[in-house]
Amino acid sequence: MSLLTILLDASLAQAGAVIGAGLAAVGAGIGIGNIGGSALQSIARQPEMKGDVVANMFVAAALVEGAALAAVALAFIVGLA
Amino acid sequence: MGFTEIIRGFKGYKSGIYKIFAFVSLFLMMQSFALAEEPQSENKEVSGQHGEHPGEKKFEPGKLVMDHIADSHEWHLWGSHEHPVSIPLPVIIYNKERGLEIFSSSRFEHGHASYNGYRIEEGKIVSQDESAFYDFSITKNVLAIFVAAAIILMVFISVARTYTRNKDKAPTGLQNAIEPVIMFVRDDIAKAAIGEKHYARFMPYLLTIFFFIWINNLLGLIPIFPGGANVTGNIAVPLVLASFTLVITLYNGNKNYWRHIFAMPGVPIYVLPIITLLEVIGIFLKPFVLMVRLFANILAGHIVILVFFCLIFVAGAASPGAGWGTSLPAIAFTIFINGLELLVGFLQAFVFTFLSAIYFGMALVEDEHH
Repeated sequence: MSLLTILLDASLAQAGAVIGAGLAAVGAGIGIGNIGGSALQSIARQPEMKGDVVANMFVAAALVEGAALAAVALAFIVGLA
Repeated sequence: MGFTEIIRGFKGYKSGIYKIFAFVSLFLMMQSFALAEEPQSENKEVSGQHGEHPGEKKFEPGKLVMDHIADSHEWHLWGSHEHPVSIPLPVIIYNKERGLEIFSSSRFEHGHASYNGYRIEEGKIVSQDESAFYDFSITKNVLAIFVAAAIILMVFISVARTYTRNKDKAPTGLQNAIEPVIMFVRDDIAKAAIGEKHYARFMPYLLTIFFFIWINNLLGLIPIFPGGANVTGNIAVPLVLASFTLVITLYNGNKNYWRHIFAMPGVPIYVLPIITLLEVIGIFLKPFVLMVRLFANILAGHIVILVFFCLIFVAGAASPGAGWGTSLPAIAFTIFINGLELLVGFLQAFVFTFLSAIYFGMALVEDEHH
């Protein structure tokens, strides 16, 4: 099975869905990267606040992931139906 | 920290190996998603079967993933599709003409037989004469919810009994594990989000959903019966939990809350219609996002774990050597993702409970100085 037959087999809707899921992954990466970066900076400034900062970092990360995974869930639904 | 630093970071030698691995896995995954086309193309188009040797069974990763994350009327333990070993679960159907019917799903013989005018099609029961019926069966997810509920009842009733028996003594045994978690929910979730005055009313609900979601997430990661059912990754369960949160929020909304939605104070009159529209959408959007967040996180975790395992078999279909070679990194990745999913399971339970508490707190905010 050559690469060309694989590419011609997938329908356009599935291709669009997978590209959308990839873009959502980019968004999640940028968002959580920012959150992690600011968390690291605040820990570096004030090491005694590490517990609070880490807890809030996880909360913010979960909220960002919620938006990104909503896009992934939509891509999943469209790609398989 | 900006883009340039990120891109410069890619030039390290370690990222080269990761790039090669990523490219190889991507290439193999593309093969697997093309193989997954086969079962669907039969239903939709009359496309030619390409490259299928008669008598040879192709590995279908898409089908394997769907079988593991979908609900089902039997609990598959082990065995291939030809010789499966599974626990048949009771089918409970209420048909308006025929009344209540209860029978074991083994009558369907794994989808190959029909019984009493019903048959299983793609995991769901379909009546052969198209009559309407209500399906109250105990499916795999329902049984898994019963298992989680049994665990919660056993743990908490025994802990509560220990508290009433040893009233003013130090905590012993299971109490030592449960007490800090309950204090965490009370202090860092309920009191922080709702405030001292009203938090006690919501503690039963918050504790229930926190432990229910957490225990179901954890059970979903255990591959052995009675774990391994995809409960929170089934859209119905987060849907019900989010609707509980919505109903409790609306029921507890005070006058200040409703005034802020329909007639937000302090805005000019010409933007008020837009703001009211957005606020009303927001009433329903907030629990909806709550549901999607929990559902998508847990479902995505299960799919990633399953797909990493499927990599081995997809590579094995190409050549046995490639299969063996892929197995070690695939298993290492699967173990890593499984550990990450332990964290995600707790985190999603915490975020669901915390946001529910925040919505309750917002519904109870007193009028300050408008």
